[in-house]
Amino acid sequence: MITLTDLERKEYRNIWVIAEVLSGEIQPVTHELIGAARTLADARNSQVWAVVLGSGVGDKAESLYAYGADTVIVVDDFRLSGFQDEMEARILVRLIKKYKPEVVVCAATSRGRALIPRVAVMANCGLTADCTGLSIDPENGDLLQTSPAFGGNILATIRCSNHRPQMATVRPRVMKAPEPDLNRKGQVIKESVLDTDLDKMKKIIEIFRSKETAVNLSDARIIIAGGRGMKGPEGFELLKQFASRVGGAVGASRAAVDAGWIPYAHQVGQTGQTVQSTLYIACGISGQIQHLVGMQSCDMIVAIDKNPDTPMMQIADIAIIGDVFEIIPEIMNEIPKL
Amino acid sequence: MKIVVCIKQVPATNDAKIDPETKRIIREGQKAIMNPFDTYAVEEGVRLKEKFGGEVIAITMGPPKAEAVLREAISVGADRGILLSDGAFAGSDTWATSYVLAKAIEKIGDVDLVICGKQAIDGDTAQVGPGIAAHLDWMQATYVMAVESVETSSITVKRMHEDGYDVCELQLPAVLTVVKDINTPRVPTLKGRLAAQKYEIPVWKPEDIGADHDKIGLKGSPTRVVKTQAPDPRKASTIRIEGSPQECAKALVRELRLRSLV
Repeated sequence: MITLTDLERKEYRNIWVIAEVLSGEIQPVTHELIGAARTLADARNSQVWAVVLGSGVGDKAESLYAYGADTVIVVDDFRLSGFQDEMEARILVRLIKKYKPEVVVCAATSRGRALIPRVAVMANCGLTADCTGLSIDPENGDLLQTSPAFGGNILATIRCSNHRPQMATVRPRVMKAPEPDLNRKGQVIKESVLDTDLDKMKKIIEIFRSKETAVNLSDARIIIAGGRGMKGPEGFELLKQFASRVGGAVGASRAAVDAGWIPYAHQVGQTGQTVQSTLYIACGISGQIQHLVGMQSCDMIVAIDKNPDTPMMQIADIAIIGDVFEIIPEIMNEIPKL
Repeated sequence: MKIVVCIKQVPATNDAKIDPETKRIIREGQKAIMNPFDTYAVEEGVRLKEKFGGEVIAITMGPPKAEAVLREAISVGADRGILLSDGAFAGSDTWATSYVLAKAIEKIGDVDLVICGKQAIDGDTAQVGPGIAAHLDWMQATYVMAVESVETSSITVKRMHEDGYDVCELQLPAVLTVVKDINTPRVPTLKGRLAAQKYEIPVWKPEDIGADHDKIGLKGSPTRVVKTQAPDPRKASTIRIEGSPQECAKALVRELRLRSLV
């Protein structure tokens, strides 16, 4: 495939962040990515640009200066209200060709992971999924991307020297959002949707967004997860109360999902989601390897189980030996209502 | 409907270890299986065929032994299997892999629908499905949890998101990637097993699919793995708490408060 010469590579400048927009609202992961981009841009003595695609986002872009963006490209169009991967990919590829960024970073969410691989193929460039670390070679601008594979059991460092831009996705909560500086200023570039972007449009028939935060595992700081030891759907009702008390999301082992106690969207592990919360409280989860690979990167793991010898109780930072149904209500008593 | 299902052979668990001497991933002694997400892709293909007629073709790119997953697909209802195997394919990243699969899909011809698993459990990228759609310039829907309806030239699917779902209609031909929620894969019948055993699997090389040698293998891959390492192990010490439920709860909340977690 076409590789770039040194001279061509030098035309590519600045670090781009593709904003995560849901129903016209910029999501916090965008601020985290701008913070990471700022560090890279400073090392390269270049700028941070954010790209905001959405409907009704015209006035929201400026908030991104505070987190470190210098320039914000806004494409505000009613046709971008739903998730139109094909159209968004066309727009991004067009903007990439026009402005030539050196690096493009996007959130590793269901939307980002659908959109960016499409863009990478169309733009002939390399893409690394779910990076947990990004650094840049200040001399030649090569991005060093650390990415977990095999469910986090292997960390690979990936480089993409001959292609620009270099693309990476990063999960929510992996990078830290900087403190906003409300005095920072920047500039807006307004771009519009062209007819040629509309070649393939999905007909969005229905959008359902859950009001309860209980499902959003990737964004949660605290996850309360249950397994076979929760004994049934009633056990998960208790976990939901516990989660709402601490402002967390509810996770589940495959056994609990397969038993029909809780929907698949809550499943953590090899065939579910990989999570990286600050606190993971495993209630009655024995800890099969397929589950552990999905949560072992959480900062702190607490396990509650009658059986002190399960794999989960071995890897936990805090292991509480006892009956989940007796201990959880007591924990809730100890924590004041939010 | 002519349906192509893209599958991958992966190690049975992703509990991979690195050889401390050679720094390479230890694959010996690891049982190989069909990527778990792909079993749902195969099942969905077979269900659509049973409902609307047509044909299901399973394809995989990999070493010769990867033919095992094609036989597995045939044993549960795929009509054909094609193995893309050649030294020139080795070292392909997701860009090159999706190119090879897209070229094979073009070669098969008149395909209405491509179904992939959401991601493979070894690379964990979820990039190959959308990559195939991009190479073919087809529409795509990822994280599909249900196929709602199929018309002559369109398909309506439900996509899972972190915060809910959406239902959308896309024009055929299209590429779907599916999650576990979509179905429960069947177990093979005796008849299916026999069919799979006898089936002679064609092997396609770059020439067979008209692949450009500059776009496959290491040469066609923009990314390079420059280092692999084991992550820092979790610290070994576990604080054990025992006692009455109230004592346990108090002790835990104290620990969590110390770390400003509650």
